[in-house]
Amino acid sequence: MEYYLQLVINGLVVGSIYSLVALGFVIIYKATKVVNFAQGELVMVGAYICFSLTVQAQLPFLVSFLMTLGFSVVLGMTIERLVLRPLIGESIISVIMVTIGLSSVLKSLVQMFWGTQIQVFPEVLPHDPIIILGLPVAPVYVAAFILSVVLFLIFSAFFKFSSIGIAMRATAFDQCAAASMGIGIKNIFALSWCIAAVVSSIGGVILGNINGINSQLGHLGLKVFPAVILGGLDSLLGAALGGLAIGVLENVCEGLAKDLFGLGGFREVAAFVILVVILMVKPYGFFGTKEIERV
Amino acid sequence: MSGKCGLFFTSYRAEDAVFPSRFQKLCLTAFFLALAVCPLFLNTYHLSILNLMGISVIAAVSLNLLTGVCGQISLGHGAFVGVGAYAAALAVRAGLPFVPGLLCGGAAAAVVGMVFGLPSLRLKGIYLAIATLAAQLILEYLFLHWDAVTGGLAGVAVSPPEILGFQFMGDERMFYLIMAVATLCTLAVTNLMRTKPGRAFVAIRDYYLSAEIVGVNLFTYKLRAFGVSSFMAGIAGGLWGHYTMYITPEQFGIGQSISFLAMIIIGGLGSVQGAVFGAVFITLLPEVLSAGAGGLGSVFPDMATYFLALKEGVFGLTLVLFLIFEPEGLAHRWRLVKAYWKLYPFAH
Repeated sequence: MEYYLQLVINGLVVGSIYSLVALGFVIIYKATKVVNFAQGELVMVGAYICFSLTVQAQLPFLVSFLMTLGFSVVLGMTIERLVLRPLIGESIISVIMVTIGLSSVLKSLVQMFWGTQIQVFPEVLPHDPIIILGLPVAPVYVAAFILSVVLFLIFSAFFKFSSIGIAMRATAFDQCAAASMGIGIKNIFALSWCIAAVVSSIGGVILGNINGINSQLGHLGLKVFPAVILGGLDSLLGAALGGLAIGVLENVCEGLAKDLFGLGGFREVAAFVILVVILMVKPYGFFGTKEIERV
Repeated sequence: MSGKCGLFFTSYRAEDAVFPSRFQKLCLTAFFLALAVCPLFLNTYHLSILNLMGISVIAAVSLNLLTGVCGQISLGHGAFVGVGAYAAALAVRAGLPFVPGLLCGGAAAAVVGMVFGLPSLRLKGIYLAIATLAAQLILEYLFLHWDAVTGGLAGVAVSPPEILGFQFMGDERMFYLIMAVATLCTLAVTNLMRTKPGRAFVAIRDYYLSAEIVGVNLFTYKLRAFGVSSFMAGIAGGLWGHYTMYITPEQFGIGQSISFLAMIIIGGLGSVQGAVFGAVFITLLPEVLSAGAGGLGSVFPDMATYFLALKEGVFGLTLVLFLIFEPEGLAHRWRLVKAYWKLYPFAH
């Protein structure tokens, strides 16, 4: 039983990172209806920038963390301006493929600059474990969890109360109506990419502190899909809860598969099996908006 | 009749022909003649590239039928190719001759494709893309972990194909086999697009509600699109497995699916010709790059270490640039070139 409790806690930690990445994904999808297959690569780029600033340029962690965020803002804006804006109004497959192409480009840039080996972050947080429910948990895990909850709350408040956030929601709801009320749609698109890049890079930095980083980190981006489908493609709350749920479910499934069937590595697909089931049963997820079509 | 300018059809039959003009038939004959004699002049390496190209053409044409013509996005085509490869290899190993074995591979891929196509009745666009992505990853996991059937990480060894006692051993003999099958598949898809199901596919792509209202049964036609497309993907897989004579799970990863999609995007969605162009382009891209990198290697000695990263980067960049600057693909560019020369020097 203790083994499963450990799995659940690990799942919550990994899940909180999924939540962060999913948050970025949902922010882009909500505002621009773009399905971003390069979300994992944004995580990776953020992690590598922070790594090279702390380790290679020897800056204090907090400074390099803030600089990473600044870089992500620029990166998000550049991507939106150069790649996504020319494709406004194109078909879904074009948009999907352009983000896939983008992910290849980002991945290859990372490999060219930093190689393919695993790079280890310096320890920022103390190493002594904190005891939760009688189980030792590394502080970095706790920090990851708390940070993602805080970010989720910040963004929820941002979308609910700030005028830019409300403008973003209005754009998501009806682009034409929003534009006619004087909202700059293009700025909103750029802003949503910036926010998504920032959130993803935070996820990347946390992940780097837990496991170290390598050029395969982008695969994480694929795990976003089960999370956002479970929660509903356009719901922030859904993304946060979906990420946590997928993190826990895949860990528990891994444990069950190993105990019951002796299957190894089931974690990799568990989330996708769940995804297929959700798509069959409840395609708009738990918190997503149902699309109603009229002839 | 000499001296006529342009194509004038006097019957519906003539207008409906696959190759309407005599010049087109002439060009095609010349092309096939060139294909038939080219193994005499090419070395094994170049032949092997041509062979891979032929296999990619089959896969790209089949994906084009599903995604370009019927509008159902599939991120799982690489895995369907894999199913065909494993099934054909196992069927041949179980004692079936090559041709029925290859068809078995196709049939197995068709069944798997239709199972994962089932959600397409309820799901559209992005949801279907994600569902097929899940199919890809689940199948990949099966290839890797269902040891009893797929041999796991070690893979499956395949014997070279044999038809009526004639063994297709080596690149040269495989070349003719692959080109023959590729030609058959391309012709089949071209013809399918002119039939009732083909037009139904286009109707579904353009607007599914209108299609349903004019009497296209969405469920059966979408399923048929998945079935036919996966069947051909399976054929491509079976040929590929028999050509490389060894199948491992990493051949059929998500990267393969993406590169098939890139082929039809770069070639031009919905056009058979485009799929062929795209397959040729994407297969040649890494070869041209490696030739270029070899040339630059003397100047920048580090080039080799960066090559893999460079390959992926150039692939992504090409895809992005095509989508931004030539979203209708090479087929469209080709039409423009033809239109320019048609009336040269009196272009208007």
